[in-house]
Amino acid sequence: MALLQIAEPGLSAAPHEHRLAVGIDLGTTNSLVATVRNGISTVLNDIEGCALLPSVVRYTADGNVQVGHAAQAVQSEDPQNTIVSVKRFMGRGLKDVGEVGNLPYRFVDAPGMLQLRTVAGAKSPVEVSAEILKILRERAELSLGGELVGAVITVPAYFDDAQRQATKDAARLAGLNVLRLLNEPTAAAIAYGLDNAAEGVYAVFDLGGGTFDISILRLSKGVFEVLSTNGDSALGGDDFDHRIYCWMLENGGISALSAHDTRLLLTNARTAKEQLTEYPQAKITAILGGGDLVDLTLKREAFYDMTQNLVARTLQATRRALRDAKLKVEDIKGVVMVGGSTRMPQVQHAVGEFFGQAPLNNLDPDKVVALGAAIQANVLAGNRSADEWLLLDVIPLSLGIETMGGLVEKIIPRNSTIPNARAQEFTTYKDGQTAMSIHVVQGERELVSDCRSLAKFELRGIPPMVAGSARIRVTFQVDADGLLSVSAREMASGTEAGIVVKPSYGLSDEEITRMLQDSTRHARDDMVARTLRELQTEAAQLLEAVGNALQVDGDALLDEVAQARIRSSMDALRAVLEGDDQQTIKRAVEALNSASTEFAQLRMDKSVKHALAGHKLSELED
Amino acid sequence: MDILNPDFQQDFFQLFNLPAVFKIDSAALERSFLALQAQVHPDKFAHLFDAERRLSMQWATRVNEGYQTLRSPLNRARYLLLQHGVDTQEESNTAMPVDFLMQQMEWREALEAAKQAKDTSALDEMEQRMQHEARILQQQLSIDIDDTRDYAAASGIVRKLKFLEKLAEEIGSAFDELDS
Repeated sequence: MALLQIAEPGLSAAPHEHRLAVGIDLGTTNSLVATVRNGISTVLNDIEGCALLPSVVRYTADGNVQVGHAAQAVQSEDPQNTIVSVKRFMGRGLKDVGEVGNLPYRFVDAPGMLQLRTVAGAKSPVEVSAEILKILRERAELSLGGELVGAVITVPAYFDDAQRQATKDAARLAGLNVLRLLNEPTAAAIAYGLDNAAEGVYAVFDLGGGTFDISILRLSKGVFEVLSTNGDSALGGDDFDHRIYCWMLENGGISALSAHDTRLLLTNARTAKEQLTEYPQAKITAILGGGDLVDLTLKREAFYDMTQNLVARTLQATRRALRDAKLKVEDIKGVVMVGGSTRMPQVQHAVGEFFGQAPLNNLDPDKVVALGAAIQANVLAGNRSADEWLLLDVIPLSLGIETMGGLVEKIIPRNSTIPNARAQEFTTYKDGQTAMSIHVVQGERELVSDCRSLAKFELRGIPPMVAGSARIRVTFQVDADGLLSVSAREMASGTEAGIVVKPSYGLSDEEITRMLQDSTRHARDDMVARTLRELQTEAAQLLEAVGNALQVDGDALLDEVAQARIRSSMDALRAVLEGDDQQTIKRAVEALNSASTEFAQLRMDKSVKHALAGHKLSELED
Repeated sequence: MDILNPDFQQDFFQLFNLPAVFKIDSAALERSFLALQAQVHPDKFAHLFDAERRLSMQWATRVNEGYQTLRSPLNRARYLLLQHGVDTQEESNTAMPVDFLMQQMEWREALEAAKQAKDTSALDEMEQRMQHEARILQQQLSIDIDDTRDYAAASGIVRKLKFLEKLAEEIGSAFDELDS
């Protein structure tokens, strides 16, 4: 008799229902998409066989958008409308971007985040990034032959809340369901760790096109525990290019460049940098717009000298990460190199010298992040039991609030394991005070002005009381994506009216809708059909999840009445699922969600008990 | 009970299945922590229904909070004393023994001197001394809380440890400053 296959309770889907999920590395220079096929994580190529999609977006006057190689090919001809390295602008205001004068763009200062003026209008970095993500989504759907259930999008570990939120908004705008924002070095550690059955404390040194991360992880029996992370979200290969560019201006006697010349020379600088990885010197020749010839030779030693302090900054962050993890260099078993910029010999050398061991380069530094993200996406989508490993990540920068005198009081310290929350009580300082303002910041500095402002909001409707007697409890919650939400409630009056505050730089649902409509103006019907399909898919998944849960735990945890209530909500949803009225389906989904809440609670309690029971067992074995 | 906001009636020691004492088995704490996260972490619930996802985040947050509390000797002592109804008065009670305050002043002067001289080996040395002092205080805490149940004395030690923790933080930022 054939053996029956029984799935892990509630955790894995039946084998034939493989859910399409991808991992996306949204890089400064290049972006990639990967998926797990037949148990193996694979990067998906475009129809020409290319894995890497240059993160370059060009807007043209006729309303078209070019992404990737086509846009990259004309970046010097049309520099103002061709956006490269847009990742450096995500969640950033104009004043945050240091070298504005050296970039060939027309910047627009906007509240929260800068914009770029193009021939197609002002574009937010979120919209530009969404164009890149859209291409990758289409590539994946074509290659996998169906719609995606969701995606894991990677972000630099040192991205702050504003940059993470911007990335998530971009994914939503591209029509992707974000299963998780995953830190790039952590994604790399998954790919590396699983590939090499690594155990022990490892450092992941990730120098990309525009960002630098260093993460210290402990890998042990399927647990990936991030002990600390540090970095610089504005330090990467682009800065090395920029040093060469400045050297060219100095040594070529060039000044007053047009946008075209700037882009041309930056492109040449990058080529020279790449050549210096292989050869002792690089020849740089270019003809500027005015007909002037640039003809220079850059020697490796000179390049090393001019970039010495960039490399030093990576080591400085590395020392901080080690100190935060309370570890010494000798405690590190291996150093995994990630990101194209780690190919530079001076980086390899400096890292090797610092750690006293040869860095590990056995994975493709361009692909490892996407491969790791795909592995995690496969788990999160429910294709593979998550019991095999556990990923514990941290928040990179402390969260705090402004106190008297413009000082910061830290409420969640950096390197706290996420999800994390902290509640703080505030009171009024005047009789009858009915409002109070709270300013949330992120960073390590003492002064509010030196940290990143995340949200400023006012709590209103505090019942008038004597000064000091109101008790307002503000809860700061950081979720598994590393994203903050704040809620507040007044305790003394007994009214527990909670408010939820979204950080000020995040896009509102209306803005997302507007952007979606703008981008699909010609295809409105398509959009309606797509959102309906997504809703139906989501509803079907909900039915399946609740159905599985009932099958496993229904009889054990619920009486017949409670089971019947959930089943009738399920039937109600099934009855409307195939229709085309989105509101009706939404209402039925909400009804089922609320009917299954108590059941979820009981299942969670059971899981917790199970964890400790298992624990006792393992103690006995010890 | 409000299902959407589980009030987590268990205390942290119960949650981690450990006896409520200061001198805990840190390996057992870590094993419990990992076993719990393996069950409740949001990664396990990403594909499940809304209510389960929300609960998972609340539970995982709670488990992390408990781990932070029990893992740090200072937080653990504070938590135990609070359970025994003792307020450690870290903000209000500033009456410290004179010799302790003198020593604090000496250390702060030494810290300033090391910063001025950009002497990282002096900082290293201070850090090690600080850790040594902290260990002695922790041993005393274990006696005061677990053995003699002298919670007033334990509160005094918690206040001392708080001083040391602040100093350790300042040494950390001094390292960062010298390194930039």
